[in-house]
Amino acid sequence: MTILPITRSTATSGRLGPQPGEVIDRHRTLDFTWNGRVLQGHPGDTLASALTAAGERVLSRSYKYHRPRGLSTASYLDPGALFQVGDEPNVRGAHRLLREGDDVRSQNTWPSLAFDLKAVNGLAGRFLAPGFYYKTFIKPERLWPSYEKVLRTFVHAGEISPVPGTEVYDKRYAHPDVVVAGGGPAGMAAAVAAARAGASVLLVEEEHQLGGHLRWGGSAELAALRELTAAVAAEPGIEVMTDSVAGARFDDNWIPIVQRSLPGVAERLVKARAKTLVVAAGLIERPYVFAGNDLPGVLLSTGVRRLVNLHAVRPGQRAVVLTANPDGDAAAADLARVGVDVAAVIDARRGEGIVAAHGRGGVQSVELTGGRRVEADLLVTAVGWTAPTSLLNQSGDDPVYDPRTARFRPDPARLPDNVLAAGGIVGEGSTDELVAHGDATGREAARRAARVARRLAAVPTAVTTPRPPVPQPDAAPVVVPELVTPDHPELFTNGTGGFVDQCEDVGLKELRTAIREGYDSVELLKRYTTATMGPTQGKLETVNMVAVLAQATGRTMAETGTTTWRPMYAPVTLGALAGRPSEPVRYSPMQPWHERHGAVPLVAGQWIRPEHYGDPAAEVTAVRTRVGIIDVTPIGKLDLRGPDIPKLLELLYVNKWQRLAVGRVRYGVMCAEDGVVLDDGVTGRLGEDHYLCSTTSSGAATVWEWVENWLQTAHPEWQVHVTPVTTAYASINVAGPHSRELVGRLVEGLDLASEAFGYMNVRSATVAGVADCVLWRIGFTGELSYEIHVPAAYGLHVWERLMAAGEDLGVTPFGVEAQRILRLEKGHAIVGQDTDGLTQGFSAGLGDLIKLDKPDFAGKPELAWQHERGGHPRLVGLRPVDPTIVPPEASQILDRDGSIAGRITSSRMSPTLGRAICLGQLEPDLAEIGTRVTVRHPDGRDVVAEVTDPVHVDPEGARQRV
Amino acid sequence: MMLLPCPWCGPRSATEFRFCGEAGEAGARPDPATATPEQWRRYLYLHANPRGWSTESWYHGSGCRRYFTAERHTLTNEVRSTTAAGGAP
Ligand SMILES: [Zn+2]
Repeated sequence: MTILPITRSTATSGRLGPQPGEVIDRHRTLDFTWNGRVLQGHPGDTLASALTAAGERVLSRSYKYHRPRGLSTASYLDPGALFQVGDEPNVRGAHRLLREGDDVRSQNTWPSLAFDLKAVNGLAGRFLAPGFYYKTFIKPERLWPSYEKVLRTFVHAGEISPVPGTEVYDKRYAHPDVVVAGGGPAGMAAAVAAARAGASVLLVEEEHQLGGHLRWGGSAELAALRELTAAVAAEPGIEVMTDSVAGARFDDNWIPIVQRSLPGVAERLVKARAKTLVVAAGLIERPYVFAGNDLPGVLLSTGVRRLVNLHAVRPGQRAVVLTANPDGDAAAADLARVGVDVAAVIDARRGEGIVAAHGRGGVQSVELTGGRRVEADLLVTAVGWTAPTSLLNQSGDDPVYDPRTARFRPDPARLPDNVLAAGGIVGEGSTDELVAHGDATGREAARRAARVARRLAAVPTAVTTPRPPVPQPDAAPVVVPELVTPDHPELFTNGTGGFVDQCEDVGLKELRTAIREGYDSVELLKRYTTATMGPTQGKLETVNMVAVLAQATGRTMAETGTTTWRPMYAPVTLGALAGRPSEPVRYSPMQPWHERHGAVPLVAGQWIRPEHYGDPAAEVTAVRTRVGIIDVTPIGKLDLRGPDIPKLLELLYVNKWQRLAVGRVRYGVMCAEDGVVLDDGVTGRLGEDHYLCSTTSSGAATVWEWVENWLQTAHPEWQVHVTPVTTAYASINVAGPHSRELVGRLVEGLDLASEAFGYMNVRSATVAGVADCVLWRIGFTGELSYEIHVPAAYGLHVWERLMAAGEDLGVTPFGVEAQRILRLEKGHAIVGQDTDGLTQGFSAGLGDLIKLDKPDFAGKPELAWQHERGGHPRLVGLRPVDPTIVPPEASQILDRDGSIAGRITSSRMSPTLGRAICLGQLEPDLAEIGTRVTVRHPDGRDVVAEVTDPVHVDPEGARQRV
Repeated sequence: MMLLPCPWCGPRSATEFRFCGEAGEAGARPDPATATPEQWRRYLYLHANPRGWSTESWYHGSGCRRYFTAERHTLTNEVRSTTAAGGAP
């Protein structure tokens, strides 16, 4: 299977003899497949270097025009080497290391591998003109689906498997003194210097090895690399992360680092808080824009030097080298050394240039300025550098264009104190100069990190006596030597054509068209053409786009400016951002029993609770006729101590608390300051200055913060101490006519007779041998019931004893579903179910409870105004006239004229009444008992229901008071 | 993400805290006995949201669980003072 009839370099292998800096292991061979064909590579090869060694030149199709593309940068950024590997799309083929058995496929090969260029260009002409998205998605809307069909074939991406992946992603926090972003010579030297000064250092390098450009250099560079590598290894204070990227810099040096190549983990997100950040990102070589610049065989000088020196791969047979700097010269020398025929070296510093590259499926000849054509299958360009200043931009330094050195340059003087820049990103120099610059910057970073540490430690806290800042000798600032960048010719495009953005397939012509259409600011041009918005995120393309815009508008590069480099610096998977799920899950101590007895689990906030044990209706009947027990451990519980508790309760709740006697329990409702119902629960007075306050299960955390807020900010003079004890107790509600009998069999030292322990009372007692249990006689279910709060470690024991002791009474465990039916039969509203974020107190059926004659309580003014205004929705009972129809919750209730007048908030089939019952919110003019209303189901069906009292069963409350 | 100096725990990541609105004058609770609806709704919903120094209430939910007041510059995130709620112990 071939992609195109192209001129293969040779039938023989493209692998060179051993190179001094090579990173491949020639003793081992790895088999992999390329579009189904078996090929070989070595450990240390990237997918792209292995393919090039095997003679493959066309590695992908461009995404809009489906032009053949090959390697250009031979690095992570290479736009021509995005592959599908197994079911993983968009793998960076010039970065990903080859593994045995990799199934590597080219992407964007629609409509087929042996494709019809003409057909695709025809489509492209119609659909892919500049600004296509803007122009197309205006009108007519009815054509959008057809556009989408065509567009979907043009997405530059591989295929995502519909099967969920099994990869594990991970997160980690780190608090290093210094993060060094970039592990080239300056970064390595900075890390070593900072570590020697006592700092803990994270050294982060995007590639698989430290060393940066030293790795593909000559013997002097390799010697320096060995020395630096040894120095880094000798410092225990340095943690090295290779194949990792510092993705962004946020406030106070919060730095997300994506770590790859970890055993057993696909990616790990390291959240680092660094005292100082050293940005040593080096330089990125910039492509040149000319006709034919995207042909396979057009490579950057760094791409050639990587292939030759790191992977021992011959990038071509006969080369033309366009050079404007020493790195281009070195590439020409490397090629000559390994036996590539260097047909011409075009020196841009002497005003020489090229016009175009020609060929079909790859470079076949190069046209030079003056018209001469040179036969060649390789064209190498070395026309300049881009400083990857993302992290510096995010620290507040916007780079400014410098025509002398032909690049946007950062200004370290604009950086905040805790961010420094080292090495090539600042300026050029010999290896020794770069190392010296890194070394000084590293020492300065350590010095400033120590200063930050002192400043943080000196933040006075209320628990430490304010200490006068200890005068510490601040070491003198390190003098960082200048890096002098030599002049560089400005080479962006020769104007003959070609592609400015090879990821997005945006050509020089298209940019010029868009500029003529008026998109003449750099940010607009970017969004309109999508240039610089592809997988390389503009790192190769932005400056060329700025140059094209500057030329077309007659402005300077500096006037034109550049786009903003936003986080993240490199693409991050959603998996890495999500990490491992870290949400805690809570179980009650009775969970093992529930699992053994077939409980169907229900996720309720953080808790997993039994929804039912098989038959919720039977559970309801058991409670109404015999006795049932339910695990209510998730109920929020606050232990309150202190003499000012009544004042606190008066302020928190809408009802009165001043005269709650010891041993008594009272139901209370809280509203927020906007009068909206916040939470409810019962509070019992256990002793003179000791109360136990319960909240809803979901409101436990909110109420605790709410209580603390009032105590800490409004009334710090009140003596109340709050302790959350939700999980300190396991809670069991024993409900039903036989509950007194059952509890009586296990309780010690407590008379359960109604006269001694009546409704709405609280007692402490020993239950099943467990001392210090708290018993509440309350009735959410409407039956005689005891809520027993057991020290958590004994929860399972007491539960099992209740089940055993009640066997002859027919004791039945019941779950949340049965409890919901029981409370609905009793008309007890659930906060958040029968109320929502707009339901103020008088709309929640709390009219009798709200005491507007209290001087103050949270939300009082709003409730007073609600009462005054009247006309608010009411909480009502509803019964469908057809007793077999249960309207789904959230069904709308309609006014006589068909407008919405309310909604069903709770609905169930009542096993006790043998009919459907509901609670609902309803406009007041329809809320009269006996009114018939229309209930519209979500599917549009209407049923008639009659308004009733909210209490459907035992409205007198006789059953719970016995 | 910024560091916020808790007056009890020292500098911690901002995600450990909950922002509780403007404090001081802007966040003061009107007297419920005399408040007009306008005053009360200003207290509930209308905030100065200054570009510059702002006095704010924060809750250190993942730390000491104390409320405190901070003077923060909304452009630079500089915090120039913090006060434990109800004053220092
Ligand atoms: Zn704290």
